[in-house]
Amino acid sequence: MTAEIRASETRALRSVARPRVTLWDLRPGLLLAIGYLVLLAVAFVAPDLLAPGDPLAVDPQRSFQPPGGEHLLGTDDSGRDVYTRIVHGARLSLLTGLAATAIATTGGTVVGLIAGLGHRVLEGVIMRLLDITLAVPELLLALVVITLLGGGTSNAIWALGVGGIPYYARMVRAQVHLARRSTYVEAATTLGLTRLTIILRHVLPNSIRPLVVLATIGVGSMIGAGASLSFLGLGAEPPSPEWGAALSIGRNFIANAPWLVIVPAAALTLTVVSITVVGRELRRRSEGRTGR
Amino acid sequence: MSLAERTDVRPDTHHVAPPLVEVANLTVRFGPRHRPTTVVEGVSFTVGRGEAVALVGESGSGKSVTARTLVGLTGAGATVTADRLRFDGEDVLRLPERRWRRIRGARIGFVLQDALASLDALRRVGQEVGEPLKLHTDLTARERERKVLELLTLVGIPEPELRARQYPHELSGGLRQRALIASALAAGPSFLIADEPTTALDTTVQAQILDLLRSLKTRDTGMLVVSHDLSVVAQIADRVLVMRHGRIVEQGSVDAVLGDPQHPYTKNLLAAVPSAASKGSRLSPTPPVRLTHPTRPRPDGPIVEADGLTKVFTGPDHRRRTVVSAVSFTLHAGQTLGIVGESGSGKTTTARMVLGVETPDEGAVRLLGRSWTELDRVGRRRTHRRVQAIYQDPLSSFDPRFTVGRVIDEALGAIGVRRGRERRHRAVELLEWVRLGEDYLDRRPIELSGGERQRVAIARALAAEPDVIVCDEPVSALDVSVQAQVLDLLVDIQRQLGIAYLFISHDLGVVHHIADHVLVMKDGVVVESGDVDTLFREPRHPYTKALLEAIPRLDTAGVRRHG
Amino acid sequence: MRLLKRIGFRLLVGIGVLWGAATLAFAALHLTAGDPALAILGGPDARPTQEVLEQVRREYGLDDPVIVQYLHYLGRVATGDLGQSYVLRVPVLDAIGEQIWSTAQLALIAATTAILLALTIALLTARRRPWLRSLVSGVEVVLAATPTFVIGFALLIVFSFTLRLFPIGGNSGPSSVVLPALTLALSVVGTLSQVLRNELEEVLEQPFILTARTRGMRDASVRVLHALRHAVIPTVTMSGFLVAALLGGSVITETLFARQGLGTLLLNAVYAKDVPVVLGVVILSAGVYVVINLAVDIAYSLIDPRVVTA
Repeated sequence: MTAEIRASETRALRSVARPRVTLWDLRPGLLLAIGYLVLLAVAFVAPDLLAPGDPLAVDPQRSFQPPGGEHLLGTDDSGRDVYTRIVHGARLSLLTGLAATAIATTGGTVVGLIAGLGHRVLEGVIMRLLDITLAVPELLLALVVITLLGGGTSNAIWALGVGGIPYYARMVRAQVHLARRSTYVEAATTLGLTRLTIILRHVLPNSIRPLVVLATIGVGSMIGAGASLSFLGLGAEPPSPEWGAALSIGRNFIANAPWLVIVPAAALTLTVVSITVVGRELRRRSEGRTGR
Repeated sequence: MSLAERTDVRPDTHHVAPPLVEVANLTVRFGPRHRPTTVVEGVSFTVGRGEAVALVGESGSGKSVTARTLVGLTGAGATVTADRLRFDGEDVLRLPERRWRRIRGARIGFVLQDALASLDALRRVGQEVGEPLKLHTDLTARERERKVLELLTLVGIPEPELRARQYPHELSGGLRQRALIASALAAGPSFLIADEPTTALDTTVQAQILDLLRSLKTRDTGMLVVSHDLSVVAQIADRVLVMRHGRIVEQGSVDAVLGDPQHPYTKNLLAAVPSAASKGSRLSPTPPVRLTHPTRPRPDGPIVEADGLTKVFTGPDHRRRTVVSAVSFTLHAGQTLGIVGESGSGKTTTARMVLGVETPDEGAVRLLGRSWTELDRVGRRRTHRRVQAIYQDPLSSFDPRFTVGRVIDEALGAIGVRRGRERRHRAVELLEWVRLGEDYLDRRPIELSGGERQRVAIARALAAEPDVIVCDEPVSALDVSVQAQVLDLLVDIQRQLGIAYLFISHDLGVVHHIADHVLVMKDGVVVESGDVDTLFREPRHPYTKALLEAIPRLDTAGVRRHG
Repeated sequence: MRLLKRIGFRLLVGIGVLWGAATLAFAALHLTAGDPALAILGGPDARPTQEVLEQVRREYGLDDPVIVQYLHYLGRVATGDLGQSYVLRVPVLDAIGEQIWSTAQLALIAATTAILLALTIALLTARRRPWLRSLVSGVEVVLAATPTFVIGFALLIVFSFTLRLFPIGGNSGPSSVVLPALTLALSVVGTLSQVLRNELEEVLEQPFILTARTRGMRDASVRVLHALRHAVIPTVTMSGFLVAALLGGSVITETLFARQGLGTLLLNAVYAKDVPVVLGVVILSAGVYVVINLAVDIAYSLIDPRVVTA
């Protein structure tokens, strides 16, 4: 009713008191994050551009060199150059995160769509199954899968991907529900459109849109989870330059050669944080678009 | 009751005692210092003891900001300047927060609209009403309890002991609002500010709250009522100030301002109020729109026939509620059938059954002779296009990703208009019909104002070339002047295209203005129906009578109208 | 009365979830590549004779049809028998029981610290000066995004190796709990305080907050007496996230700080493909989740009167 008038007046007041963020109003943190991600993209696509050496080349005489001089970030216990390993490890860590997210989002979308669009009984069964997986932390789910499949990078990717499916499935299903009950879908019905057209044109795009942004943030956490698995010895195995694996080695030498831990940890953290920051910014903007 | 029937209006004499509130040249700005937005400018007025002053205006007029400034709660980022800002003789312009806190609640009471949102839902009513006592008095807990019961009785709440222990959501809308008023009065303030105290309430309840506020006027207390609703103001104010874009455009005694307005804005505002008196004439000063599209010949017989519609809903607690029961009516081309009722009367569900998005459990809706259930899927789809809808919140009826152009484009595509130049040409034409320029095609509905969004919704409805448009509270969320334009537009469209309307509203004035026939619904049943003039003039059913009695009457018979 | 009905319903749902978890666990058990009888006897290297294999199969009922095995399995789970560890040769329940207190201790301390910290930060920073908000928000985002073991490493390097304030790990004494608990707490506090603060800010814009101010209430009182309860409600639903994060995080934290606990138990079981232990821990975590959810639900209906009577 006319409470709307009051609400719009309050909103108008608020938008005046707190000016809206414009496109050029990028915070310095966001700019840094984007810059770092650009660097990362280069490391992913063409690591040799940034680090021409061989990440696996051993040089026992030059082991445990602290950062500085010829080896920018020092050498590890076998004399391998840390900088080169970090750059090449980026590709592995990123790949793990991206692949796991791809599996989780694809599987989650399919399951969520079936649950949201399908018969009520089917939806009920799927939702109960998803509820059960809610009760178990994602990491534990991944560990179960690894127990059954064994360790290694590809199994880790599958484990993480499958472990992430319930999260996206639940989200997609909730969005499908919202869309189906929305007024704009009802309005489309009154236009005499076929059910298929309405689903393809209105329900699907609106259900999947928030997923894209969440998946961006999700890549960050998958990268972190992948590194965690490697750190636990269940993902990539040494002497892989993957960051988690590097950390599991470096842990043994934390007292005398802390850079072996600090460098990969920093790279990992910066990556996850940058992706999260950019993802959140995307979410802020897309939510502003749909309004309240 | 109408203005003429009131016995409490104070004559506009000079004040013997110093005024309770003195405002001179108040200006309020928001935003960054180099680019401020002026929300209130040069406002001056007084409120004397024993009088009720009304601040009237539409959204963006600055009335709420002015009211909040009188308790020092203008808001973050606000710059307040004035030549004089006094309360009870004391200068409050640059009052430190500490001193304000002693005035708020104790000497000035503030009532907001919608008690459901304005009372803490997690605290009992008694606690909320007693909070000012806790903050400003030394009463013991038991003394406070007793005072709370006194207050609840004062505002007319029966069984105060029970109600004080309950939570706000357990009380009805009317009782809640009374409790909110009680909490504002608790510490015995001499000045009461009420910001839209009756919006969000059903018509009958609204009348009760206005009675209550009137009864609270005493010789020593003052009242400031902020409202967009002129008829509410007519019920309670002694003096009226009309605000527009932050300025006062007219002020004077209530008789003068409402009976013989001087400023064109006030005149337009009064002329924009739909009622029996405005029927047949335009509400807004804008000239009628000219529609030139050749139309299908309208059929002679009834377009919509509803026969014994019944709908039962099963709630989550497995309780069955009969939402609509044995509703029947007919609708002919070029006519408007109004459906009035308060919340929960079943009017929206009935409309949805006409639209074909809800299936009746009993009875049928027949469109041009054929009922929804008779038709096969293809037939249903074809029939859907002939019944379109516009909603109370048009924004939610647009796909959030679509631009205005795409919204209309989809409707045109649905009826088979060819892609490309033909569609674009028609879309532009439709926008012109609703008085929006071609540049609106690329804009997003979320950027538009409420009135503009509703016009886009009307354009889309027209794009499908319907025989019937179901209007579900299409103007309730709009300012009076915007409402006037939209209603005029709907009337123009009906006159020239012969479309029938099923018009749902809780606002009897609007229905009286626009409808030819009306159904009065209560609890899912039609209690009375008939020609709108006859029904409103001589209601037969007690509910209809009560409804009409409760409408705050605004005598706008003397207002000069447009067209 | 209605409250009891709600609790009863939730209990039933919880049991359903546990049953579902147990069933999935059973399915997983039977998908294990390899012969369980062989695994029980110590893997392919043990080279048991056929007779011994047959004996084990009979003992463990591995020859029975799947349905029978399933029902036996359910019966055992219901009585708390989660099977026998392949590797440790003790009942899974015993193995878990030994380790559970250490992990519970860690998780409880971490949870309490995180909640208190998040509450304080959110209360202090909601709707304050924008620069303060941005700063705190930035720190929260970084914390939330940083993997748990990185936080652990950072704390280790600073407090153990450099400042030598706390031990590197181990299980002895209260000082060995500090860093692991702090690691776990920091891994969740970022998200918690973000959500809580967002909720607080939304609540602070509601009309009833304005009403409280118009009565002459101080800002601090408004926040604590009115806003806080409203903001806590949606955060209470974050308990699911909290439990999951703490359980998952404990695996990593215990490994990093070389502590005993369920996490270490689980990890060793994964390395050794000791399926019963893995599944036992998983079922246990499902059980913990169900119990906590139930407690949260009850707390919820105590805080918000609208829930029960609506």
